[in-house]
This record gives sequence, structure tokens and C-alpha cells, in this order.
Amino acid sequence: MRIPAQSLILTACLVFIVSVAVLLGETPLSLSQYAQAFRPGSAVGEVLWGIRAPRTLAAALVGAALGLSGAVMQGLLRNPLADPGVLGVSATAGLGASLALVAGLAAIPGAVEIAALAGAVLAGVILSWAASRLGAPEALILFGVSLSAFAGALTALVFNLSPSPITTAEVLNWLMGSVANRDWRDIAWACAPMAVGAGLSAYAASGLRMLTLGEETARLSGLPMARLRVAAVAGAALLTGAAVAMAGVIGFVGLAAPHLVRAGAKDDPAAILLPSALTGAVLLVLADLIGRLIPTEALLELKLGVVTALFGAPVFALIAWRAARSWRG
Amino acid sequence: MSEVLDIRGAVVRLDGRAVLDGASLLARPGEVVGVIGPNGAGKTTLLRAALGLQALDGGEARLGGRALAELGESERAALAGYLPQERKVAWNLPALSLVSLGAPSQPPRRAREIAARMLERVGLTGLAERGVLDMSGGERARVLLARLLATRAPLLAADEPAAGLDPDAQLLILEILREEARRGAAVVLTLHDLTLAARFCDRVAALKDGRVLAEGPPAEALSPEALRAVFGLDGGLIQTPHGPVAALRRRPG
Repeated sequence: MRIPAQSLILTACLVFIVSVAVLLGETPLSLSQYAQAFRPGSAVGEVLWGIRAPRTLAAALVGAALGLSGAVMQGLLRNPLADPGVLGVSATAGLGASLALVAGLAAIPGAVEIAALAGAVLAGVILSWAASRLGAPEALILFGVSLSAFAGALTALVFNLSPSPITTAEVLNWLMGSVANRDWRDIAWACAPMAVGAGLSAYAASGLRMLTLGEETARLSGLPMARLRVAAVAGAALLTGAAVAMAGVIGFVGLAAPHLVRAGAKDDPAAILLPSALTGAVLLVLADLIGRLIPTEALLELKLGVVTALFGAPVFALIAWRAARSWRG
Repeated sequence: MSEVLDIRGAVVRLDGRAVLDGASLLARPGEVVGVIGPNGAGKTTLLRAALGLQALDGGEARLGGRALAELGESERAALAGYLPQERKVAWNLPALSLVSLGAPSQPPRRAREIAARMLERVGLTGLAERGVLDMSGGERARVLLARLLATRAPLLAADEPAAGLDPDAQLLILEILREEARRGAAVVLTLHDLTLAARFCDRVAALKDGRVLAEGPPAEALSPEALRAVFGLDGGLIQTPHGPVAALRRRPG
């Protein structure tokens, strides 16, 4: 298989930014200290490989999952405004995790993660049902926005009825999105659903490309569209659910990543998948690095979800502006 | 000659209304069949039902001599290509990539070869790498037609392929479809322009309220009696040195 130049460049960017993120941190290290990092049992090794590397890799995986998920949803709905956040998948996954936290399930390994995954899959099922009934992709976007608002309202209700302010703070903290303190076990756990999600997305790629021509032409193309569509929805839901399970709710990466690589991939909804994943990874590692390095008071670092929202919301407005122009034309 | 498309007694009810009420249509290799009728007569529904995009509440549809319900997705795709009326394309794919979507069962390289040939046939070789959304409406219509040709299916169905285009583009698109019929395809079109129907179709089926009221060569299906029954208009075909022209006027009162 030929890997396009765009993806090779993005891979190089990712390797570079991941290396910078592992090397730079709040604890300044000298060159001789870096040299010690490869010695087993050294304190510097523990900082680099035990704290920064899993955190950076977590950011990369979450970014890749969200970028890929966004690209799949945009192809499926034929709309550049679709992404897991806009369509309510992230919010529903967040609701699932919040319920698990409030129910005191945090102590059970994997319980919060499974609750987040279940929320994302539920959103996927609801969206598939809505997609089969709403003809216009724009209508589904509006449906997703209301799903997102409803899941947000239910999450607020969870806060409202939560008996313990500590739990509320825990949920809120988690919802703001972060990859701080992630370890190798968290990464191993997230890899399985993300790999399945990525596999399903790759399988659905030919269907996403065919959907460029609209539903009816795709149905008559000879491709098994019903199966490909289910694969796309399930893949996007698994990727988002696994991302939310690992890092909380992080918006706009799924929207911005495909947008940034669209021209380079010649606007092909299948060719855009890999570069979108790579761009999502670069963006989130970068956002986490910014959050870590911007000095704030009292050891507080900027939450990842806050950084991506600050940068992402204007990007969303820009894409909406352009999309509205094309809808008029 | 065997029928590529054979839909008989088709009944489709939508929201309690019979959109098709016993309509039948045949298409054989080498002929262009036009479906005409007023808005809401059921032309598009008849085309969609013939291709399996619309379920039948009654009647039977066959493609390539086999019942539509028996055909798998890939078998149906091998028998019929469809060009919908709406020319909306979601992404700005280069023309060559878009046309190669007509041959998804082929290896990518072969699909692109077919696509290049079809772009040549519609006269757009020079625009192979241009994004379809950067093209004029007429160019985009030709790219989408090339995508239909790339299916190389024995039945080519096109819903209003000439709508909204300038006269030159209309004539070009119908000439290309006529040429496909000459090469052996069965071509089925819905048309609003009766002059184009008279000039390019071997047979015309005139539809009203979901029923075929007149069917046959243009001279019969577009006779003054048929036009009055189908459209409620006075008129008929006039022969000119440039081909037949449909002249119509509203009936007094």
C-alpha cells in the first residue's frame, strides 16, 4: 500500500512533537540527567518513561481516536460540521462516566471506562436510528446538537442530585478533560476498543467515499452500504467512547483535524482518515504540552479540554462560515 | 429481444396516496425510453421502483430477466446504473476520482482507466484533476454522466439528466446517452422537455397520476390526444428541418 506524502509528513511531525513532549516538562532537566534516563531505576527515567511518556502517548491516542472519529462522521453525514462533540457522542459518553463516578463505581477497575463506552455506543445507536429517518444530513446535525444538549442536561442533573460535593468536583474535574496521571495500564486498556474502532473505520472507508454521490447512488453502487454504515457508526462510537473513557470530554479535535488535512487529501472521505488521525494526535499532544507548560497559580495546569475548546471554538465558527457559503451556492 | 428492465403493474402508496397505480415499463438493449408526465405523475418513483430504491406495494419488477427481489446488491449494480436528478456532490473530489466511483468493483487502477475513458467520452479530459465543486453546473452534470457511463451497466437510468442545463449541454448529454444505446445499453430517462423526448427517444411512456396513459414511438405517445389526456394541454409535434418540436398551449378557460 502506498502511503501518501501528507501522512508521512504528519507522522514525522507526530514523532517530533511526541519527543518534545516527553523531553519537556515542569521539571527542567540537564543533558547529563537525560543521559541517565536509560539507566534502569533512575529517577529521571521514572519521570520520562513512567509519567511523561504514558501521558504523551495517551494524548496522542485520544487525539488520533477523536480525529479519526470526526473524519468518519463527516464522511458518513457528508457534512464538515459533524464530529463526536457536535453530534452528542462525547456528551453521552461523558454522561455514562459521570453516572458511574456518582454511583461510586470508580473503585472498580474499568467501570468508568465501560460506562463511557456504553454511553458512546448508545449515542451511536440513537444517531443511526435518527439517520435512517432524517433524510438531510443537516437535520441529523441538529438532532445531534439536541442529543448533546440533553446529555449535558442529564449530566448537570447528576451534579444537582449528587449527595457529595467531593464526587461532584471529581466528576466536573473529569469532564473538563485531561490526560494527567495516565499510566501504561490505562493505555493498554484503551488500545483494544480503539484498534477495533480504527479497523471498522478502515473497513467503512470505501462506503464513505461512495456516499460523496448521495444515498441513492451509494445504494445502487453494489457496495454493501448497510453493513458499511453500521461499521462506520460503530467504529466512530468506539473510538469516541474509548477517548472519553481515557481523557474525559475533549471537544473540537474531531472537527478540526479533518478540516486541516482535507485539501491535502483531495477532499476524499476515505483518503482523509489516516491523516485526520495523525493530525488529531499532533493537535492533542501539542494542546497537552501547552496546558502543561503555561505557568498557572498553585500547581494548577490548564485542562486539556479547556485548551482544545479555546482553540477549537473559533475553528468551528470558521468551518461553519465556509460550509454556510457552500450551502447557499 | 429480451428486456433489460421489465416493471409491470407497479403500485406504490406513499402516505395513503397511490403514487404509482399499475404502471408498466419495458426497456430493451439498444433503445432509449423516455418517461414523461406532469410534476407528481410518478416518473421518478417509477424509475426508483424499477431499480429497487422504492419498495413496491403491488406488481413486479425484473432486471436482466430476474426478479429484483432475488438480486444481491452487487448483481443489481452490475445490471443497472442510476443518475439521480439532484447533482449535489458532498466533497470537492477531482473529476477523475468521482467518475471512478462508477466502477467500485474494479481494482483502483482499472477503475481510473475506465474513468479516464468516460471523461473523454463526455469531452472533459482536460478537467480530470479539477474539483467537481469548482466546475460549472454543465460540467458537473457531464462528470456525473461519466460516472453513470463508468458503471458500464446494461441498463442506464437517468432522472431528468437535462434539467437546468443550457441547450448545448442538454443536447450533448442526450447525444451521449443516445450513443450509449447505440452501443447496446438500454437507456431509460425521465424528461420534462417534450422536444428532447421526441428527438432522442425511441419510445415514450406518458405518465399521469401513477398510470401510463400512452406508450409508444414519440409520434404516438406525444400525439395531440395523448398530450391533452396527460398534460391537459393543446398541441402536438411539428416537424422542422432540425427535428421535431413540441408546440403546446394552455387550453382556453
